[in-house]
Amino acid sequence: MSESLKIAVLVKEVPDTYGDRHLDLETGLADRGASDAVLDEIGGRAVEVAVSYAEANEGTEVVAVTMGPESATKALREALAIGADSAVHVSDEALAGADLGLTAEVLAAAVERLDVDLVLAGNQSTDGLGGVLPAMLAELLGRPHATNLDAIEIAGDGITGTRASDFGAMTLSTPLPAVASITDRLPDARFPSFKGNSAAKKKPLETLTAADLGVAPENPEAPRSILISVAARPPREGGVKITDEGDGGAKIAEFLDQNRLIGEAS
Amino acid sequence: MTYPDDAVLVLLDLTPSGDLASTAPGLLGAASAIGSPVALVIAGSAAGGGAPGSGIGSADGDPAVDAVQAPADRGDALAQAAAELGAVRTLVAESGDAVGALTVPAVDALQAAANEVGADVVLASHSIEGREVAARFAARTKAALAVDVVGLARDEEGAVVRHSAFGGAYATESAATFGTLVVTVRPGAIEERAEAQPPAAEALTVAPSGKPAASIASFEERVETSSRPALREAAAVVSFGVALGSPDRLPVIEELADSLDAALGASRAAVDEGYAPQSWQVGQTGVSVSPSLYVAIGISGATQHRVGMQTAKTIVAINKDPDAPIFDIADFGVVGDQFTIVPQLTEAIRARKA
Repeated sequence: MSESLKIAVLVKEVPDTYGDRHLDLETGLADRGASDAVLDEIGGRAVEVAVSYAEANEGTEVVAVTMGPESATKALREALAIGADSAVHVSDEALAGADLGLTAEVLAAAVERLDVDLVLAGNQSTDGLGGVLPAMLAELLGRPHATNLDAIEIAGDGITGTRASDFGAMTLSTPLPAVASITDRLPDARFPSFKGNSAAKKKPLETLTAADLGVAPENPEAPRSILISVAARPPREGGVKITDEGDGGAKIAEFLDQNRLIGEAS
Repeated sequence: MTYPDDAVLVLLDLTPSGDLASTAPGLLGAASAIGSPVALVIAGSAAGGGAPGSGIGSADGDPAVDAVQAPADRGDALAQAAAELGAVRTLVAESGDAVGALTVPAVDALQAAANEVGADVVLASHSIEGREVAARFAARTKAALAVDVVGLARDEEGAVVRHSAFGGAYATESAATFGTLVVTVRPGAIEERAEAQPPAAEALTVAPSGKPAASIASFEERVETSSRPALREAAAVVSFGVALGSPDRLPVIEELADSLDAALGASRAAVDEGYAPQSWQVGQTGVSVSPSLYVAIGISGATQHRVGMQTAKTIVAINKDPDAPIFDIADFGVVGDQFTIVPQLTEAIRARKA
């Protein structure tokens, strides 16, 4: 069965992992100025899943949603260029450094307001690597979650998929509304066309504050996880580098032996 | 029933056959560093994938296990195993009527256990199943959540947890402003082990929350045909890149790995080329490892890869390209052809072991 759906895709602006990434040593936050920011690759794949479904099912609406600083608009424009129809940007200085609980609360409120059938996300972002937000969101929304999916089939009334679990592959199914997350086994997002890029500039992009969503970032009643220290590990330095002159293997074995890294014969 | 004032509730993962998973010693060790570990196992839902959250039980799990062991006996056996690893008490939850539901029954059990024990710290594994149980539990009870933690301590204000960010380039510490702190612990990160305790099992009654959950239709266990150590926990890892050129050349790498009792790893490019299964992938989108020894063969050392291995104690690199970034972090690097160096290295290791 195929049918038109409303799908929210969670995306995130992250530092480009192909460059060096930094934490601000005062705030402990990702220093977004110190590295290039890009649309998280896994979020791009989630947009691709939603847009592919929308192309095959007329009337389907795809909304890209993010919470992040002003600069995160760029990641949303990338999602729009891939083919999302509209975007919602929750941008509020009071949310800088939000912990997982507050982030989930904000995203849940944003999604609730959109009244979507399906929330789609990447299984984990490349910077935080938490892998917990989709499940938190599902709990707050009172919906089932089908997460860490290597394969996903969206139908009008539900989804099925293959979950990469700790000990093997699990076949899951759930009716909609639901929350799903995908792994990087799903295809990369398409490269936006020239047409896609120019269309993206004209698509609606709504900016909201925490207050617009009825969320109080500074609520003293809510327990939060707070950062109490941050330190940069001294950069790892290269050691000995030699050029193989026919005895490279033997030289490595000598090094390993000197450092007691060769086990007993078993 | 009363519990120690310093009780730390620990949700233990089970294997598909219903035994404690390999994450249990580290979890109970971490808990013992800050209090008295009280374990929770969800016996009815063991067989299936990981599982506290998997919910697959006797219906389509492993009938053989049920045939030989009644649930109560299985609970006792798990409590015994948990006590050996340091649990002062083990709560055994049965979730027989929740067969085939994902994560939610385990969250219900964890909530019941938390109410019973009154712990100010709740630990779960940062495994796929464990972290989602912790996530939903924290969201449901509005508790602070700290994930992928690599160390725990306690100061006068409560529990403090340590994280390793951006592949170990930064170390951060966090704590809860107040209330219960829910923590997921990175598998393999904790070296502390708790002292064995006398076994004490206790049945836990769980009231189902009735929250909607995805259904698990089937589960196919991943068969590890290899006798090599698991990548995440191995003391030594031998990794190769796309420069291998062909999967036919894998035996050369395997022989080196076996001479070092090492697990096999691979770069993302090697996995994408089909030279290695996805479960071998080390790096950003694969597994993060911190072994005593990491041998990188024909791996250039892109940031994507380095973040998954740069906390290894000793790094050895072999690469044709003298400018490969991997040499910037290698303790010992050899510029040359892996196809002559690796077999010679394997021979030399064997000779030194003999």
